[in-house]
Amino acid sequence: METTVVKKYTFKDFASNQEVRWCPGCDDYVILRSMQKALPEMGVKKEDVVFISGIGCSSRFPYYMDTYGMHSIHGRAPAIASGVKLANPDLSVWVITGDGDSMAIGGNHFIHVLRRNINLNIILFNNEIYGLTKGQFSPTSLVGQKTKSSPYGNTQPPFQPGELAIGARARFFARIGGNTPKEMTQMFIDAETFNGTSLIEVLQNCVIFNDGCFSQYTDKNIREDKQLFVEHGKPMIFGKNRDKGLVLNGLKIEVVTIGENGIMEADILLHNAKEEDPTLHQMLVRLEYPLVTGIIRRFDDVTLEEREDALTKEVKSNSKFTKTDDLFFSGEIYEVK
Amino acid sequence: MMANKITDNKKLQHEILDAVVIRFVGDSGDGMQLTGSQFSDTSAMFGNDVATFPNYPSEIRAPQGSLYGVSGFQVHIGSIEISTPGDDVDLLVAMNPAGLKTNIYSVKPGHTIIVDIDSFTKKNLEKAKYETNPLKDGSLENYRVIEVSMSSLTKAALKDIENLDNKSIIRSKNMFALGIVYWMYDRSPEHTIDFFKKKFASKPHLIESNTKVLNAGYYYAETLELIPNAYSISPAKMKSGTYRIISGNTATAWGFLAAAEKSGLELFLGSYPITPATDILHELVKHKHFGVKAFQAEDEIAGVTSAIGASFAGDLAITTTSGPGLALKGEALGLAMMVELPLVVVNVQRGGPSTGLPTKTEQSDLMQAMYGRNGESPVIVLAASTPSNCFNYAYQAAKLALEHMTPVILLTDGYIANGSEPWKIKRVAEMPEIKNNKVTKVTENWHPYDRNEETLARNWAVPGTFGLEHRIGGLEKDRITGDVSHVPENHEFMTNIRAEKIERVQNYIPGLTTEFADSGDLLVVGWGGTYGSLHSAVKQLNSEGYNKIGYAHFNYINPLPKNTEDVLSKFKKIVVCELNNGQFVNILRMHFNINGLLQYNKVQGLPFGNNELITEFKKLVE
Repeated sequence: METTVVKKYTFKDFASNQEVRWCPGCDDYVILRSMQKALPEMGVKKEDVVFISGIGCSSRFPYYMDTYGMHSIHGRAPAIASGVKLANPDLSVWVITGDGDSMAIGGNHFIHVLRRNINLNIILFNNEIYGLTKGQFSPTSLVGQKTKSSPYGNTQPPFQPGELAIGARARFFARIGGNTPKEMTQMFIDAETFNGTSLIEVLQNCVIFNDGCFSQYTDKNIREDKQLFVEHGKPMIFGKNRDKGLVLNGLKIEVVTIGENGIMEADILLHNAKEEDPTLHQMLVRLEYPLVTGIIRRFDDVTLEEREDALTKEVKSNSKFTKTDDLFFSGEIYEVK
Repeated sequence: MMANKITDNKKLQHEILDAVVIRFVGDSGDGMQLTGSQFSDTSAMFGNDVATFPNYPSEIRAPQGSLYGVSGFQVHIGSIEISTPGDDVDLLVAMNPAGLKTNIYSVKPGHTIIVDIDSFTKKNLEKAKYETNPLKDGSLENYRVIEVSMSSLTKAALKDIENLDNKSIIRSKNMFALGIVYWMYDRSPEHTIDFFKKKFASKPHLIESNTKVLNAGYYYAETLELIPNAYSISPAKMKSGTYRIISGNTATAWGFLAAAEKSGLELFLGSYPITPATDILHELVKHKHFGVKAFQAEDEIAGVTSAIGASFAGDLAITTTSGPGLALKGEALGLAMMVELPLVVVNVQRGGPSTGLPTKTEQSDLMQAMYGRNGESPVIVLAASTPSNCFNYAYQAAKLALEHMTPVILLTDGYIANGSEPWKIKRVAEMPEIKNNKVTKVTENWHPYDRNEETLARNWAVPGTFGLEHRIGGLEKDRITGDVSHVPENHEFMTNIRAEKIERVQNYIPGLTTEFADSGDLLVVGWGGTYGSLHSAVKQLNSEGYNKIGYAHFNYINPLPKNTEDVLSKFKKIVVCELNNGQFVNILRMHFNINGLLQYNKVQGLPFGNNELITEFKKLVE
C-alpha cells in the first residue's frame, strides 16, 4: 500500500526569496515568523498550501511565503479563497487580511465566508488603522481617535471583530496579541486542525501610524494582569498571581478575586469553547477588562464542502446522466430526415 | 362586420402557408408561456423551423387584468428558414381585454384575432382602459375576430371531473385556446397530451382535465367550423439529424458543460442572480451529476472572484451576469487579466444604463466589455448571434480562455437568451479539441510567466503541484521571475505582451465572411444577437433583386477577424446596425480608415423590425 509521507519541513522551507519590506518593528514580522514555524508542524505538504490576501500592509504576506499565493484586490480575498477551496478541498487555504480589508471594503465577503463555514483559515491583522494609505481611521478605530482622515477625532463607532464574526455565525474565533509568537504559532496549528472557517484576530501594533494601540493589554509587564488567555475546559483565571477570575452574575460577567468574599477557584467559570450557543462567547469577546485572548469559540459543525460533497454524491447516484451527450439527447428531441 | 362574415362562412378552406407568426397573450397567471412553448415544440417535431420569444412583465404576479400584467409568447413557424420570432402577427390569441389592448398594434389588418369573450366583462374592460367594448364598437372591423366563450366552454368540458377546484378549471382554459390553434394549423394535440402524462404523473386528475379541455378546444373548432381551417405549413428543409428546441441561456450553459467534459476539467460557476442571466445559473445548478460546482455568491464581485480562485486552483471557471453586474466585476476582471488566468464572463445584455430595462434587450455593453477596466487591460470579447449558437460560443469562449490564459467576455442579450429555436444536437466528440497550459512537473529554471512562444499564453501551475509554488497578484510582475517589479521598462514590456497575446488570438479564429454578395453597393454589418433580423432583411432584399447588398456578421469583437478590412473595403457603403447608439461602428472607425462607415441604431429595448431595416437599406442603395 502506498502511503504519503509528508516531508519534514523547517521554517526555512516556507520563506520565499523576497526581501521582507514591512517597517522595522512591525508585528507583521512576528506573524510571518510564527506562520513559518507553524506550517512544518501541521502535517501538510508545502505544495498544498495557498495564501490569498487582499490589499493593505498585511496583504503583502503571500509574497514572503514560499507556497502558492495570490495577492489579490481589496477586500475580496475570502471570496477568492472560497473558490480555491471549493475547486480543490484538499488544499490548506489561508486568507490574510487587515481591519480595513476585511471589515470595510470586504465586509460582505467576510461575513458570508464565516456563515458558510468553508474549511479555511483567516488571519485578521487588526491594527485599528489604515497603514498602507498612510494613516486613516479604519472600522476598528476608536471614537475620538485622531488620524489623517479624522484630524479632530473619529466620530464613527468601531466594530469589534469577534462580535461581528460570531454574529455572522463564526464557528472558530481566536484572538492573540501580536507580541506572543509562541502562543500564536500554536494557534495557527489549532486553526488548521479545526474543520471549518477559523478566524484569528491578531492585535497587531502599527509602529508608524498607531503605535501603542494595544499596549494597555499587550505590554510585557502588564499583560498577565490585563489579558485573560482562555483554554477550553479550564477555569477563566488571570493575573500575575493567578488570583483573578470570571464569574457570571445574572447577564453580566464579573471579575472576582479568588480568596476574597468567599470566592474559591471552583466558583470561577470554566471555558467551554465548544458550546454551540454563542452567548457567553460574545460576552467574552466584548469584555475590556480583562481582554480575552486565546481560542474563544471552537464549535464543530458541518462544512460547506461536506454538504456539497454529500449532495453531489447523492445526485450522482440517482442520476441517469454520466456524459453530457446523455443530457443533450434526453427529453424532447426529434429527428429530421 | 368581418367577424360576422367569417361566422357565416361554413366552407372549409385549405391554404398552404410558408410561415406564420402566432402570439398568445393573457394575464401573467394564464399560462401563456406554456401554451406557446407547447405549440412551438409540437411544430418543431412536425418538422417546421421555429423561433420563439417570450415577453413577460418584470412584476412577478401583476394585478389580474391590468395592462402591465400582460404576459405573451410569440411563435414563428415555417416551412422556410426562420431566423427571428417575427414582427407582424398573423394570429393573436388574447385571453383578456388587456392582452388585446397591448398587442393589437402588432396584428396586420385582415389577420385573425381569437378572444375569450367571457373575459370581456365591464370590470376587465375598465382595467384595460377601454371606454367601449372593442368587440362591439367596430374598432376591430379590419380584423377577422373569432369570439369564443373559452371560460364557460372549459367549465362545461370539466363538469364531470371530481376533485377539481374552480381555480384549476379556470387555469386550464389556455389549453382550450391551444386546442383551437392546433386544429387551425393542422397540428395533432398528441405531443401535448404526452406532455401532460409526464408532467402530472402523480396527479392523474390533472392529466384527464387538461386533456379534456385541449380536445374540447380542438373539436370545438372542428365541429362548429367557426374558423376557415387548415392552414397548413409543410416541414422545413433542414439538415438531417437529431434536434431539440433550445433557448440561448440553456445553450450557453450546455456549451460550458461540453467544454468542461472535452477539456477534462471540472466546471466552476460563481454567480449572483440577475435578469436576464439567471437562467444560466438555474441550468448549471442542476448538473451536479457532472461534478459542476455552481456557487451562488453573496454578490457580483464574489461571483467573479470565487471563479478567479477556482481558476487559480485549476478548474474551468466562469461567471454569469448582465450589464450592472459586469460593472461590479470590472476590478476583478482586471485582476484576472493581470494574473493571466483563464476565466469566462458571460454578459447577457439588457437595456441600460443603470437598472435600465431589465427584461428588454439591448447591445449597449460592448464598450464596457471592451474597456470597462482600469489600466491597459485587453481581454477577448465574443458575441453569440442566435439562441442555438450560444452553445458554440460558450464552448469557444472556454476554449480560448484555456488555450490563451486570459479572461474572455461572452456577450449575449435578452433577446437570444430567452428566445428559442431548433438546435441540431452536437455530440461532445464532434467538438474541437481543447488544450490547456497546465504544467505538472518541475523543470529547471521554471517561472510562472514562461510563455508559449506561439500564443504567448503563460503556463498554468495549479496549487497542489509539487515544486511549482509561486505567487501571483495584481501588482506588476517581472517578465521572467514573476516577482513584484516597478521597473519602468518591465511594465511597458508586460503591458505590450499582454496586448499582443490577445492580438495573436486572430491566428486562431475564423475569418469574416459575407452572405448574399461579397462586393457591391452596400454591406450591412451586424454583431451579436441581431443576426436573425439583419440576415432575414438582407435575404428578402436579395430575393427582390437587390443583389448588390451583402451582409457580414461579427461574432469576434476583440480581436477582430484578420481579414476585416479586406471584406469591408469591397463595398461602396457600409451600414453598421446596432441596438445601441453606435458602439461597434466606433470600434471599426478606431481600427480602420474606411470612408462611408454609416450607422443604423435603435435603443428601444426591442429587436430590429424587418420593415424598418428594409426601408433603411433601400434608401441607402437608391
